[in-house]
Amino acid sequence: MDPLLKVESLSKHFGGFTALNGVSLEIVQGERFGLIGPNGSGKTTLINCISGALWNDSGSIRFQGSEISKLPAYQRTRLGIARSFQIPRPFHSMSLLENLLVPSAYVVHLRESEGEAEAMKILAMMGLADKARGLASQLSQVELRKLELARAMAARPRLLISDEAMAGLAGAEVDEVLKILFELNAQGITIIMIEHIMQAVMRFSQRVVCLDAGAIICEGTPAAIVQNPDVQRAYLGA
Amino acid sequence: MILSMDLLFEAILFGILLGCFYAAVSIGLSVSFGLLDVPHVAHPALMVAGSYCTYIVAGWGLDPILAGVILMPAFFVLGILIYRFYYETFERRGSEAGVRGLAFFFGLAFIIEVGLILLFGVDQRTVHAPYIGSSLALGEYRIPYRMLVAFGVALVLTAALTLYLSKTFTGRAIKAVAQDEPALRLMGANPVRIKQWAFGIATGASALAGAMLIIVGPVEPALDRLYIGRTFCVVVLAGLGSMTGTLAAGLILGIAESIVLMLFGASWAPAVAFGLLLVVLGVRPQGLFGR
Amino acid sequence: MTYWIGAGLLFLAALGLALSGMNEYFFYAGYVVLTFVVLATAWNILGGYAGYVNFGTGAFFGLGSYSAVVLFKALGAPLAVQIVAAAAVGAALGFGVGMLTLRLRGIFFAIATVAILFITETLMVNWRYVGGATGLQLLRPEVMAPFASYTRMLFVVMALLAVLAVSVARYVQVSWIGRGLRAIRDSEEAAECSGVPTLKLKLFACAVSGALMGAAGAPMPMYLSFIEPASSFSLNWGVSALAMPMIGGTAHWIGPVVGALLLGSIQQIVTVTISNEINVLVVGVLLVLFVVLAPDGVVGLFRKWIRSSR
Repeated sequence: MDPLLKVESLSKHFGGFTALNGVSLEIVQGERFGLIGPNGSGKTTLINCISGALWNDSGSIRFQGSEISKLPAYQRTRLGIARSFQIPRPFHSMSLLENLLVPSAYVVHLRESEGEAEAMKILAMMGLADKARGLASQLSQVELRKLELARAMAARPRLLISDEAMAGLAGAEVDEVLKILFELNAQGITIIMIEHIMQAVMRFSQRVVCLDAGAIICEGTPAAIVQNPDVQRAYLGA
Repeated sequence: MILSMDLLFEAILFGILLGCFYAAVSIGLSVSFGLLDVPHVAHPALMVAGSYCTYIVAGWGLDPILAGVILMPAFFVLGILIYRFYYETFERRGSEAGVRGLAFFFGLAFIIEVGLILLFGVDQRTVHAPYIGSSLALGEYRIPYRMLVAFGVALVLTAALTLYLSKTFTGRAIKAVAQDEPALRLMGANPVRIKQWAFGIATGASALAGAMLIIVGPVEPALDRLYIGRTFCVVVLAGLGSMTGTLAAGLILGIAESIVLMLFGASWAPAVAFGLLLVVLGVRPQGLFGR
Repeated sequence: MTYWIGAGLLFLAALGLALSGMNEYFFYAGYVVLTFVVLATAWNILGGYAGYVNFGTGAFFGLGSYSAVVLFKALGAPLAVQIVAAAAVGAALGFGVGMLTLRLRGIFFAIATVAILFITETLMVNWRYVGGATGLQLLRPEVMAPFASYTRMLFVVMALLAVLAVSVARYVQVSWIGRGLRAIRDSEEAAECSGVPTLKLKLFACAVSGALMGAAGAPMPMYLSFIEPASSFSLNWGVSALAMPMIGGTAHWIGPVVGALLLGSIQQIVTVTISNEINVLVVGVLLVLFVVLAPDGVVGLFRKWIRSSR
């Protein structure tokens, strides 16, 4: 079976700095995939290249068998790649419901009434239903993270990229977000999780890749990754 | 049109003097906009207000440069008040500060400009000093003393600010606030107070810049419009907040304007700064010496 | 539907007034107020909906005026053709400005529009054919049948443009385009990742806004029987076109209309009774007051008042 996402020898430079150096990976349909690595290792650059926020310098990105690395971000979203942002970027002048209506109008092309029904369903699943008519600028941190995921879901993605959706959250809140991600995966959505909270990413992922200095240093099951000496060195600097 | 070497040399010489002057009138903006990210489109208007204040103080019989220096503390306080107001009303509330903050400073510029028209009329004003009106003869070249004076003051102002920002504790804190606010908080410094101080310094510098403006040539209330182009051109070309870059960018603009002036005449000169600004924004918004 | 009936009635009222025995000065002043309705509405499509601040309204307006004059002088083109051509020129310039949004936002974009304003002005100052810095006197053609004077006819033309501009702005606001533009204003990155083709929408907004501003400038030379660069390309057009939506309220299409009618009328009264300088001061002071105290403008204040009186 073809992988859902196939990244081949992807490179990205900023001036003289190499952010990504020949990264290749494959993600299959329905997988829960974890991406870890120390600060500045290139995790966010990698998903920015996949989602289209940045252009890669060389290499290829294939989604469902077709090359997408030359497409603008909005077209990648229409093909089925949605993401959340590490620092939440809500449409702050809109209500939560309207936030979700943006992708439902521009990606799924739903009529207003259908869009609202679907958006309410997603908000309910995230536990945000009672705030649907409130402004996005009045949410707490954990609610903002959930809104990020909800808005991504309103695009009906096949692949969801969750960029540090749990950073800065307390233990119980981490569990809440983790539960939501498990539910989404159960609905058949492939998920890439980028996370600093080791315990969360290890619990969630079926397979983990560790980046360091723009290159993959190892790949395997969570248990194998924790034992890997390269990972320990990258993280502890030992 | 054939460009003789003599004329070119004269244009470049004049351009260098003009360029230092442009650097000096832009250095306040280089701090307020370049380092502090305040969308300060009213900077040129404040500078022209500085020119008129210089005009008044010089009218009491003082040297215009001395007048500019005397005005600096008053403008420093004015700057602190403006920043405080801007911070409380826009920056602190965060969202949508962009559009409204811009509109605020744009409106402020117009209020200053029209206020000057109401107080002084639309006529041009000049000041008198021994060095205004005469020239230094260097062989066959004649360099107006007023340009030399502006050149000297410009160099001193630029050097002083550069030293202040790199050598003093507060100066370094100002540079730090531009790069990494959280780090500054960890150091125990209050970023708002530092920004307020820096904005005061930037506004104080614009009083002296205003004095130089009226020394270099006659001033009218609407002159600020032309200087929106010149000051922003220098600051953007320099790369935001780079002091040495400001000097280099000022020189580039001065020489370019001087050559265009000589080749095509005065009617094309205003377009030089704006044209250069547009090219830099379109091609390399981070400037030549950008962070 | 109510909107179209209302707009139609307003236009018919303007037409009726123009054919009535109303004092000529009313049309002379009314024309300027209606011009501001068009400019403020056009500005708001880009500035209010998408959050890109344009200081260079004068560039679009001035090029519109000059396009009309060139066509008039070279071919004797009728007013309708002049307006269409001015709109096309405005749209083209808008498209160019739209390309700038690829790299520039916030103050950088705003300053770039000031640069465009001064560059276009300098070009016209140095163009002999249109009279250079001193400008040109223009001889108005004969006025057409039902109208008693040329000014009355121009008043009706501008009323038509105003209805057109407001209708376009209203369509943009309530359609899917408006939601996309708002998303761009709130967060461009998130908009793009939510499937919004941000560049296309920004180019669209810039071109439509520019076309309307250009069209608004086209009849101005005939209104004044004169054209010169300094007033055509003045930064004052920019501050008014920005202040009126900010004062009226940028979120709703009615905001710029309210702001333009309010501020435009005050300006006309102040210009006649006190002075031309004070009217610019009024714009500046009101702009700063509203931006600081009532960020949602008159429309926002009105909504608050309705909510509290319920």
